[in-house]
Amino acid sequence: MNPNLNLWLIPVLPLAGAAINGFLGKKSSRRAVTTVALFFSGAAFAMALWVAVRFSSLTLPYQEFFAHWIRITGFSADFAFYLDQLSLVMLLVVTGVGFLIHIYSVGYMWDDLSYYRFFSYLNLFMFFMLTLVLANNYLLMFIGWEGVGLASYLLIGFWFTKDSAASAGKKAFIVNRIGDFGFLIALFLLIKHFGSLNFEQVFNSVGHLTVGTESEALLTAIGILLMVGACGKSAQIPLYIWLPDAMEGPTPVSALIHAATMVTAGVYMVARSHAIFDRAPTALAVVAVIGTLTAFFAATIGIAQTDIKKVLAYSTISQLGYMFMACGVGAFSAGIFHLMTHAFFKGLLFLGAGSVIHAVGGEQDMRKMGGLRLYAPWTFLTMTVATFAIAGFPPLAGFFSKDEILWKAFSSEHGSWVFWLIGVITAFITSFYMFRLWFLTFLGDYRGGEVVQHGASHDDHGHNGHGLPHESPMVMIVPLAVLAVLSFIGGWVGIGNRFENFLAPVFQTGTAVATSDVATESMGHLELYLTLVSIGAALLGFYLAYLLYHKRQDLPQKIADSLGRFYLAVAHKYYVDELYATLFVKPLVDGSTRILWLGVDRNIIDATVNDAGDGARQVSDEVRHMQSGNIRSYAGWIAAGSAAVIAFMIWMWTEAR
Amino acid sequence: MVPSYVPLSYYLLLSGFLFACGVVGFLIKRNIITIFMSIELMLNGVNLSFVAFAAHWHALAGQVFVFFVMVVAAAEAAVGLAIIIAVYRTRETLNVDQVNLLKL
Repeated sequence: MNPNLNLWLIPVLPLAGAAINGFLGKKSSRRAVTTVALFFSGAAFAMALWVAVRFSSLTLPYQEFFAHWIRITGFSADFAFYLDQLSLVMLLVVTGVGFLIHIYSVGYMWDDLSYYRFFSYLNLFMFFMLTLVLANNYLLMFIGWEGVGLASYLLIGFWFTKDSAASAGKKAFIVNRIGDFGFLIALFLLIKHFGSLNFEQVFNSVGHLTVGTESEALLTAIGILLMVGACGKSAQIPLYIWLPDAMEGPTPVSALIHAATMVTAGVYMVARSHAIFDRAPTALAVVAVIGTLTAFFAATIGIAQTDIKKVLAYSTISQLGYMFMACGVGAFSAGIFHLMTHAFFKGLLFLGAGSVIHAVGGEQDMRKMGGLRLYAPWTFLTMTVATFAIAGFPPLAGFFSKDEILWKAFSSEHGSWVFWLIGVITAFITSFYMFRLWFLTFLGDYRGGEVVQHGASHDDHGHNGHGLPHESPMVMIVPLAVLAVLSFIGGWVGIGNRFENFLAPVFQTGTAVATSDVATESMGHLELYLTLVSIGAALLGFYLAYLLYHKRQDLPQKIADSLGRFYLAVAHKYYVDELYATLFVKPLVDGSTRILWLGVDRNIIDATVNDAGDGARQVSDEVRHMQSGNIRSYAGWIAAGSAAVIAFMIWMWTEAR
Repeated sequence: MVPSYVPLSYYLLLSGFLFACGVVGFLIKRNIITIFMSIELMLNGVNLSFVAFAAHWHALAGQVFVFFVMVVAAAEAAVGLAIIIAVYRTRETLNVDQVNLLKL
């Protein structure tokens, strides 16, 4: 029997922090708010570490019942938690990276007026994310899923007085609703056919389904609907459009929610549901195709962006595409591996970008940066590690996980050389745009003016009289350094398939294990060659960026000019936002205005209510004359009424006779 | 049995007439004492129908009811007349249409 780990404490601790800061923070000092926020998120991290230490002595999966929730005939869902290797990895990533970003935010948000509100939301996010990760049934997972969406909305719109931030928050929320719709229908299908949402029960029932087209069709439908949900949360085609706009939020939020943790929830969900996907090859192929397309498509947009955070946003979408590509070819552990390393280096990249923005006083346009290696050496150093990591240079973290994905995309029985090829091209593009960012930001000379304009700037947090760029305070540097170390060594856990073997019990029924065992001598050589190709792609990207953005800085403009319309299309993100606006938003707004508002609401609902009110007033205008205040007239009415009653009774009596 | 020299319907007609007189008096008169007397007239009209039915059906309940009504009417007369005197002292009128304020 397992000892009681009190897993419920892990999500509840940040919730307590959110409540304390939310209710009392306004009156407390910044120091007190900081203490509460860091204590509760740190305590969650400590708990997670403690669980990790005791992990090897547990019989897995460890389940913990906390409270009844829904108990009706034929269906039940409880507040209960589930711990296996997969949730442990997620748990450590979420609490660890989350805690580091909490520390960083102390420095980044110190001057903000709503300091307490920020930390309250951040802790709330941690609560929901941990609920999502630890849930033992889909319904509780869905609570966390919606909760992180809420926290994301609140934090994107954190500076809600700014119109663009408020509408970015709404966009994120609404686009996510579309995905959640698919997720919900998948849950309904699960309830209808398996009568349960509990992971173990569902996967057991799936395992016992008779093989046949009917059960496969059902599982395919569920799988694709789950993927629709994942597309919303994890910003995949066609629902990725909210993530770049989400960069309106404070930069630590972009790092925590929109790079490291929340957006990977979709990957986690697909990996968690691997038992369903394993038996639905079509759904799996859909996942792979969507992932591959997204990875490539978003990477190309990343090339032409000038806003440092937008580049990183498209990079995140692209990297999430890699994770889905891995899941789609059945290599769930490779996807989770990349999820973990990505959390390190992308979190670091965002935090570094925040430090850069901080350094130049709120400027986000990379064309106005440059030469920051001299002004912000620590930021430069850590960002360099992250850039090399994401570009896939060995021996950094990104190399191992990306290479694992590419190899699986090529070799897995669900894979194909097409996925691999697009993956390698994407790796090249990734390397190119990341080094473009790196060269533009840190090398060359500083291109910003002496005094950067304030107030109207994007990430303004109260700097006044900003002079030359400066390094960020220590409280921001330390998390950067820790993440840099993790981005450096984080991939080493994957050497010799150790990470995959660790996750193997979770994905046992999957095909990932089966394919990894067939590695023969010739396959080993092939893997080496493919690895060399992907390293070559990374080097090529580096060289091209060096050529264009360091050596011959006049070239990019010429290339852009010669490409003409194509360049414009890329710079405008392929006009996808505009396309959606004409295809979906405009008809919806027009229809709502003309039919629902002016038609239904004004003419039917409002009219009914108004007519009822008018009618009541007209009737009472007449009737109020009866209430004259004259007692004798009342008595007259009583007499007349009595007479009427008596007359009626006499009439009844005569009728009855 | 002793035949009833006067049929029940006569009593009832008289009772209804008395009650109607009371109602009409209550509705059209303005003097508070006249209104008071109209109420008494209505009560006694009802009393008459009670005793008529009691005699007709040989049931004692009707007689008992009449005693109750009389007691209540007497109590009401005592209280009502006292109020009327108080009203007259403060307002120097017995016209109910002018007595339209509870508190002066």
